[in-house]
Amino acid sequence: MSALLEADALRVFYRRVEGLHRASLRVAEGAIVTVIGPNGAGKTTLLAALMGLLPCGGRARYAGIDLAGESVEARVARGLCLVPERRELFGDLAVEDNLRLGAFTRTRRVDRQMARDLESVYARFPRLAERRSQAAGTLSGGERQMLALGRALMARPRLLMLDEPSLGLAPRLVRDVFRAIAALRAAGVSILLVEQNARAALQVADYGYVLETGETVLEGAAAELAAHPRVVATYLGLSGQTARA
Amino acid sequence: MSFDISLWLLQDGVTNGSIYALLALALLLVFAVTRTIFVPQGEFISYAALSLALLQAGRLPGVVYVLLGGGLAAAALELAQALRARRWRHLPRRLALYLLLPGAIAALAWWAAPRKPDLAEQVLLVLALVTPLGPILYRIAYQPLAGASILVLFIVSMAAHYVLSGLGLVFFGGEGLRSRPFADAHFRLGVLDVSAQSLWVVAASLAIMLVLWLFFSRSLYGKALRATAVNRIGARLVGVRPELAGSLSFAIAAFIGALSGVLISPVTTIYYDTGFLIALKGFVGAILGGMGSYPLAVLGSLGVGMLESFSSFWSSAFKETIVFTAIIPVLLWRSLTTRQVEDEEE
Ligand SMILES: Nc1ncnc2c1ncn2[C@@H]1O[C@H](COP(=O)(O)OP(=O)(O)O)[C@@H](O)[C@H]1O
Ligand SMILES: [Mg+2]
Repeated sequence: MSALLEADALRVFYRRVEGLHRASLRVAEGAIVTVIGPNGAGKTTLLAALMGLLPCGGRARYAGIDLAGESVEARVARGLCLVPERRELFGDLAVEDNLRLGAFTRTRRVDRQMARDLESVYARFPRLAERRSQAAGTLSGGERQMLALGRALMARPRLLMLDEPSLGLAPRLVRDVFRAIAALRAAGVSILLVEQNARAALQVADYGYVLETGETVLEGAAAELAAHPRVVATYLGLSGQTARA
Repeated sequence: MSFDISLWLLQDGVTNGSIYALLALALLLVFAVTRTIFVPQGEFISYAALSLALLQAGRLPGVVYVLLGGGLAAAALELAQALRARRWRHLPRRLALYLLLPGAIAALAWWAAPRKPDLAEQVLLVLALVTPLGPILYRIAYQPLAGASILVLFIVSMAAHYVLSGLGLVFFGGEGLRSRPFADAHFRLGVLDVSAQSLWVVAASLAIMLVLWLFFSRSLYGKALRATAVNRIGARLVGVRPELAGSLSFAIAAFIGALSGVLISPVTTIYYDTGFLIALKGFVGAILGGMGSYPLAVLGSLGVGMLESFSSFWSSAFKETIVFTAIIPVLLWRSLTTRQVEDEEE
């Protein structure tokens, strides 16, 4: 089966500093694939390169097309969407306006679906419905994360890339976020999940990669990866061993 | 100073101030969306004012050549870009935008000019001639430099200002023109003698402000512009092209510049370089308002209008000096009270 996303030897430079050395990965249609790795490994850089926010070397194909030369906006229009680490919300605009703008690439074609999509995001995240006319800048950390996710969903993504969706959230909210991710896959969205919370990520994912100093050094089915001695030692620690037992 | 005179000065100040307010809004918009200090705004004012006067004289305004030439240059850039990237999908629409549209407007002007259309048609024609210069200028001078620093963009603005002002001299000549007032009537409101022209200016400015407010608070494209201003990366991630946002904000700014030129041309004699000083006063208004808030920019600009009209009564030789000196205390006060917020978290 050909993959929805296929990246081969991606390489990114920030001026002279190398942000990504040699990253390769595949995301099958309908799968949740996770990339785990320590702080500074290049996970955020990898997603930014796949999104077209940073120029990169190597090859990337998505849904049968070569991504080289496709603008960020064209990728969004094709259903390749990113929830970035910094969320990048429109702080001065109302929650609902943030969501409506999420559908910007589609609005010229379908206007009636907008209301329906909006309702389905509100059903998924009822807190956003309560705060729909409030400025996005006034939201709490967890609500901002929900809004970022909701805004990306408004674009009707085919492949959703999530950069540390659990970052800075209380444990209860982390569970909610991972539950939402599993629900999205059930709704037919493929997911590329970047996480430092390796345990939770490997639990929800089908397949995983380990990224270290800009290189994908290890890959495998999520369950196998969770049992791999190197992963256990470095990323899962003691509680990882209990999970394996 | 008698009560009558001060009322008259007040009227003068509000009239000019509302034009400065429109210009201040345009400057703020362009700066927020593209980080560009929009110096060439003044040229659009001059172009529009002079074009209106020429149309009233039954002559073809030279701005059509600027429009055609600029459109040609922008189309050439699009073609080069498409050739380099080997992507043709957007090319037909963009060529139509930069070649067909200016061509059609120029042809209309060429046909209409000797027929002496009535005032409303003249105004519409002037707006149609000058507004497309905004996106064209953006395409030629700013879009290729989208990632550049504010300083580089400012230098580009100065260059664009000199080039457009030079073209103004070439195509309009050095003599000043003044168009006929929209309405000659005067009304007496108590002791105040209100000219219909002032009413026109104030009413048109208020109407444009209302339209702008509706656009930015109601329409998706208005919100997309605000989104770009608030968070550039976020805007790209929802599919708002920065070039679209830049082009749209320049179109709005050029429209406002053209309208200001139309409104002011019966009030003042306009030379090819007069617009620069007028736009600069809008800029002073925006600074007085803190360079960030639209309502405060409007108030600041009305303040500039008042200051100008009263200082021209007391010491007309120093009127410009007084107006431009007014920003010094404001800048001092702001630099003392504003905390520098580095890299604000979104
Ligand atoms: N804007 C930048 N300029 C220079 N270096 C950067 C920049 N962003 C990231 N880097 C460097 O690139 C590497 C990868 O960073 P990043 O992708 O943010 O890692 P991760 O998301 O895995 O924590 C790090 O060494 C980091 O210091
Ligand atoms: Mg990161």
